[in-house]
Amino acid sequence: MHRVAGLLRRLGAHVTGMIWRLGFATRFFMLILKHSGTSFRRFHLTVREMYFSGVQSLIIIVVSGLFVGMVLGLQGYDTLVRYGSSEALGVLVALSLVRELGPVVAGLLFASRAGSAITAEIGLMKATEQLDAMEMMAVDPIARVVAPRFWAGVISMPLLAALFSAMGVFGGYLVGVRMIGVDEGSFWSQMEAAVDFEEDVLNGVIKSFVFGVAITWIAVFEGYDAPPTAEGVSGATTRTVVTASLWVLALDFILTALMFRGN
Amino acid sequence: MCCPPICARIRPFNFAPHPVSIGNLVEVDNVTFGYDQRAVLRQINLNVPKGKVVAIMGLSGCGKTTLLRLIGGSVRPQQGEVRVAGKVVNKLPADELYLLRRKMGMLFQFGALFTDMSVFDNVAFQMREHTNLPESVINDLVMMKLDAVGLRGAAHFMPSELSGGMARRVALARSIALDPKLMLYDEPFAGLDPISLGVIGQLIRRLNDSLGATSIIVTHDVAEALQIVDFVYFMSEGVVIARGTPDEIRASEETFVHQFVYGEADGPVAFDYPARDLREDMFAEAQ
Repeated sequence: MHRVAGLLRRLGAHVTGMIWRLGFATRFFMLILKHSGTSFRRFHLTVREMYFSGVQSLIIIVVSGLFVGMVLGLQGYDTLVRYGSSEALGVLVALSLVRELGPVVAGLLFASRAGSAITAEIGLMKATEQLDAMEMMAVDPIARVVAPRFWAGVISMPLLAALFSAMGVFGGYLVGVRMIGVDEGSFWSQMEAAVDFEEDVLNGVIKSFVFGVAITWIAVFEGYDAPPTAEGVSGATTRTVVTASLWVLALDFILTALMFRGN
Repeated sequence: MCCPPICARIRPFNFAPHPVSIGNLVEVDNVTFGYDQRAVLRQINLNVPKGKVVAIMGLSGCGKTTLLRLIGGSVRPQQGEVRVAGKVVNKLPADELYLLRRKMGMLFQFGALFTDMSVFDNVAFQMREHTNLPESVINDLVMMKLDAVGLRGAAHFMPSELSGGMARRVALARSIALDPKLMLYDEPFAGLDPISLGVIGQLIRRLNDSLGATSIIVTHDVAEALQIVDFVYFMSEGVVIARGTPDEIRASEETFVHQFVYGEADGPVAFDYPARDLREDMFAEAQ
């Protein structure tokens, strides 16, 4: 009986703790929005962060996009050829990437590469009293450090997802057209006819924008909330990758359900 | 044997209530502060006169740094008032607190330099954030500040390329960037070699006098602090237990102060942290 009561108490404490933390994260998000003026008035601060979180993620995004597209080309051809529709390979590759794989895989990669770096950087700034020093110099760290990183992530994520999709289509073209020999004209023309800008491309961009907000919000919050120790920063970095990845997958389902209703 | 807490054996210094004085830049009035149930400061009273260098000394964990954070407005007391330049810090709204902080400078224990900026950019940081000065003027001002701490030649270095003493001096140059009226130093001598320690000590005194500022130094480095300060407050377990000029402190017969100043092993500060009887701990399993 005591054991059950203890278990329930622990469960209750865990749930209450999670609700508190969600509340803190929401307040933190509001503060970021409130102090976002600096990020746009002094846009060079945001551009600098875009270099760190966006440009420095290019290698992993480009290479992953290329290989995912190549695999899609091989697997797609193998399936389509059974139904005599191998010319539709371009449509399959493009729709898979633009609607789903582009935003989702780019989001997961962005969370691992840039999200973890943002958390570690802010966490270490806190641990080494750099954020305290900034506050004592009458400079708000949320306006000066957090908001530019947040907006840089939000702007970078859709661009990275678009680049991922473009590289994926190119990978699918290399495998499907150049290696296997699918007709090049059919590959491109069917893709052009089947992919709708609003239904497919724009919805993909909206998805990647939402993922960008979620990932960067989690990354900056975990960094700012990290205990100022080596263990604390390491734990926060891990939490960023795990939580952001799970949110990307959950949000993808929700957005897909809202956007694509059996069209 | 279990040791009673130090505060139970040390008689708190019974100060008279502090009258508000126009000669004080900082006034800490009956301040109590704690985290959750743990009291860190208990009814602290102290004044820092304008233009003086005042040290707050005591053992690690006695509440010195917390007191500095209260003066800087980073934390707010549960009771009492902290006044800086006549303004009640703990009741100021955020924007006014930030305005007040522009007149303060703080040197953190390990410098807290921005690691992604060069020495030059660290010192220029506040100037760029709070003023509209052209870059050419900022360049001249930064060079003057770095020259004052003897590191003009290290302007292009990154913080990772500096020794501990140099990093502390750069942080000092950064903290005086806007010529503050109040300087707060958190353990400025910690972890420094004897030469750097002497240099930092002399810089603190010289900058205070040349800037016409007021300085508060939190430290447990007795020898260095007593050479450069005008007045000392001694704290233990969240209360002020003694105060006086360096000469008065050196001559103090208060047992805690005497033990602290002369670094004696024997005295009211026990070596052992309070614990159960040794036999209880060693034979606990058998029992």
